Amino acid sequence: MGTTSARGTEGPGTDTAHLDGSPGGVGRRDLIKRSAALGLISVPAMGVLSACASGGGSGDSGKAEKGEKTAKNPLGVNASAPLELVIFDGGFGTQYAEDAKDVYAKTYPKAEVKFSKTQKIQSVLQPRFNGGTPPDLIDNSGAQQMDMGVLVGKKQLTDLTPLLDAPSVDDPKKKVRDTLRPGIVEMGQFDGDPVWILYYAYTVYGVWYSQTALEKLDARYPETWDEMLALCAKAKKQGIAGWTYSGKHPYYIPFSLYPFIGKIGGAEVLDAIDNLEPRAWEHPAVKAAFEAYYELYAKGYILPGTPGLDHRGSQGAWARGKALFIPNGSWVENEEAKFIPKDFRLAVGAPSGLDSSDKLPFGTLWASGGEPFIVPAKARNAEGGMEQLRIMLSEASSKSFTTSTKSLSAFNGGTEGIPLSDGLTSGVAALEKAGKNVLNPRLQDWYVKLQKEQIGVAGLGEMMAGRATPAETIKKIQGFADAAAKDSSIKHFKHQK
Amino acid sequence: MQHGKYRFIIGFLAAPLALYAVFVIWPFIQSIYYSFTDWTGLSPEFSMVGFANYTKMFQDEVFWKSLQHSVVLLLVLPVITLGLALFFAFMINVGGRRRKGAAVGGVRGSGFYKIAYFFPQVLSIAIVAILFQFAYDPAQGMINGALRTVGLDGLQPNWLGDPGLALWCITAVLVWCTVGFFVVLFSAGMASIPRDFYEAALLDGASRVTTFFRITLPLLWDTVQSGWVYMGILALGAEAFAVVHIMSIGPGGPDYATTVLPLYVYQAAFRDGQAAYATTIGVALLVVTLAFAAVVMRLGRRERLEF
Repeated sequence: MGTTSARGTEGPGTDTAHLDGSPGGVGRRDLIKRSAALGLISVPAMGVLSACASGGGSGDSGKAEKGEKTAKNPLGVNASAPLELVIFDGGFGTQYAEDAKDVYAKTYPKAEVKFSKTQKIQSVLQPRFNGGTPPDLIDNSGAQQMDMGVLVGKKQLTDLTPLLDAPSVDDPKKKVRDTLRPGIVEMGQFDGDPVWILYYAYTVYGVWYSQTALEKLDARYPETWDEMLALCAKAKKQGIAGWTYSGKHPYYIPFSLYPFIGKIGGAEVLDAIDNLEPRAWEHPAVKAAFEAYYELYAKGYILPGTPGLDHRGSQGAWARGKALFIPNGSWVENEEAKFIPKDFRLAVGAPSGLDSSDKLPFGTLWASGGEPFIVPAKARNAEGGMEQLRIMLSEASSKSFTTSTKSLSAFNGGTEGIPLSDGLTSGVAALEKAGKNVLNPRLQDWYVKLQKEQIGVAGLGEMMAGRATPAETIKKIQGFADAAAKDSSIKHFKHQK
Repeated sequence: MQHGKYRFIIGFLAAPLALYAVFVIWPFIQSIYYSFTDWTGLSPEFSMVGFANYTKMFQDEVFWKSLQHSVVLLLVLPVITLGLALFFAFMINVGGRRRKGAAVGGVRGSGFYKIAYFFPQVLSIAIVAILFQFAYDPAQGMINGALRTVGLDGLQPNWLGDPGLALWCITAVLVWCTVGFFVVLFSAGMASIPRDFYEAALLDGASRVTTFFRITLPLLWDTVQSGWVYMGILALGAEAFAVVHIMSIGPGGPDYATTVLPLYVYQAAFRDGQAAYATTIGVALLVVTLAFAAVVMRLGRRERLEF
């Protein structure tokens, strides 16, 4: 637009400057010099371009030589090979990973350990995957997570089985695999035995509430849906909403809705949904759960304005006592630490049941791994990456994680002898009550688009805002699931059972 | 001086053309090439798949919705922005009450308005989007708060949470942050229109509206036209993407009510790991952009007025 707009502003007569090299202004010689310089700049630019995108992949993999396997070094780490870690800097911070890195550096003093943290995992790392030079260990988490299905499908990850079969740091007689919480190993599998991902955090999902707020209403956490509706009605009379959720990210609703479905109809309903089986969403348990949630909207128990709130907005309103319940994960305690009042007494509830015909008992809970750690297939020092994970799965590292993040780690135990926060205490109790009834729906890591954009925003978001009925929503979601099942450009997964 | 003239011209043009070829043309060609592959964007390996991505795109409802929203923005955004900017610029420069000594002048305080209108241009688009996101917040946002204070408690829209309003909320933000630039641009254009024209028109008894349509607009036409192209690029490109990505539900929601082509490209490439499909949508975006530019150039063609 430069030339055209300039025309309007210039007075008459300035249009006469031609290129005949008239004296004055910039000399002709200078012009030529400058254009030659510009030409020079464009040459390396060409090189950069041809190196981009699919340019990588030339022979030299640059892998570090393996070290000798000993009792102290069961993975055969090359003690002098450099190690590079990239850690997601999100709700958990990175202190725990830095602590573990220091342990590695102490164990292998000759190794140069490079540590970096970022919130933009994908922007930072995607070019390096494309170029074939990824780091050795990545916490692939956050909004900019790289799609795990694609990474696995394109064989970009290292199988972590050697790590799982290695002796644990604390007890050489116990394999690492046997020190983990339920579900962690299965979550790392996508198609058969190899374990591609190690989820380091252990998240308890459910209905989060303030014990104090319930006591003020002279109530306890409702175990059935009728009790839930009665409690919401009571709260409404006092001007408190029953529920709120992140309207901008309606894919938080499943954190309590999926285990609710599982409790009503059994784990196999959720498995069928995960496996994208035809008509999986038309199961009566899904319908019952959707109708129950829709009732919250229909009876006016949802905090007004919720569909326009983001996660911090809804959590803030909830922390200020404007709503009783919010579907969320255990990170909420750390995320809202500044805004949750001291006498809040944060607690997590397993989903209230529908009625006595539910397949699974009250206490059935969704708990699963978070913070997916991966070792790329093309990592220079894959053994080092796994060794770092082995260190992180020691009791000491796990305690450091739990202390600094108020969250459980994948290490089964590690909560004794350290002070636990309200939410964490409640989470541990909920896990104990659940026993083996721990559900693990996988849509959110297998089919991100389906879970977040289609089921979450277009399906549940519309239903909870009252713009679609449960029946319409189920039909819509089933359509999305069928399309995903048919789409050959999506890698498909099945539960290993 | 004729000797070596063409060599000189070529020497002068070679570098910019080379840069243009490397940074603009070549990426276009590359992305067209990738649109025929199954490249994920997460590994260097891929194979050719023919027109598979294109068939998929033509059957993809979300693509058509994104296209529809992009086209709506493309038509609506320039009209509102340029219309408002022309009005403001006219009022600032010509529309004022007649004062002693000058035949035409701006409304009182026009110098202040000029600066005030330009302010949003100084803010980064991301900051603007985040600020408006707070303003649109249904529970604690400024807009609903203002509605409550004037007693409109019953009128508490969800703004970005309402599929019928969301795209308009986003359009409003884009207008708000671009209109000031065009006010300044058009003011500069208007300042160069000789005052005698206005004086003559006023002597003949022309009203302000007549002077605007008969003198200001024709003499400013070139500027308006380039402004149109610029706004079109903005509506199809980075600004629309940024605002939708930061502000909207999802983003792109609720229920795909705000999704636009560049957002869909981004999601396909960086969320879904389908870089090849993303480049296919990118090619569609290129076609739309070229068609828009062609239409604007054709419709806007006029004889230049000498003055």
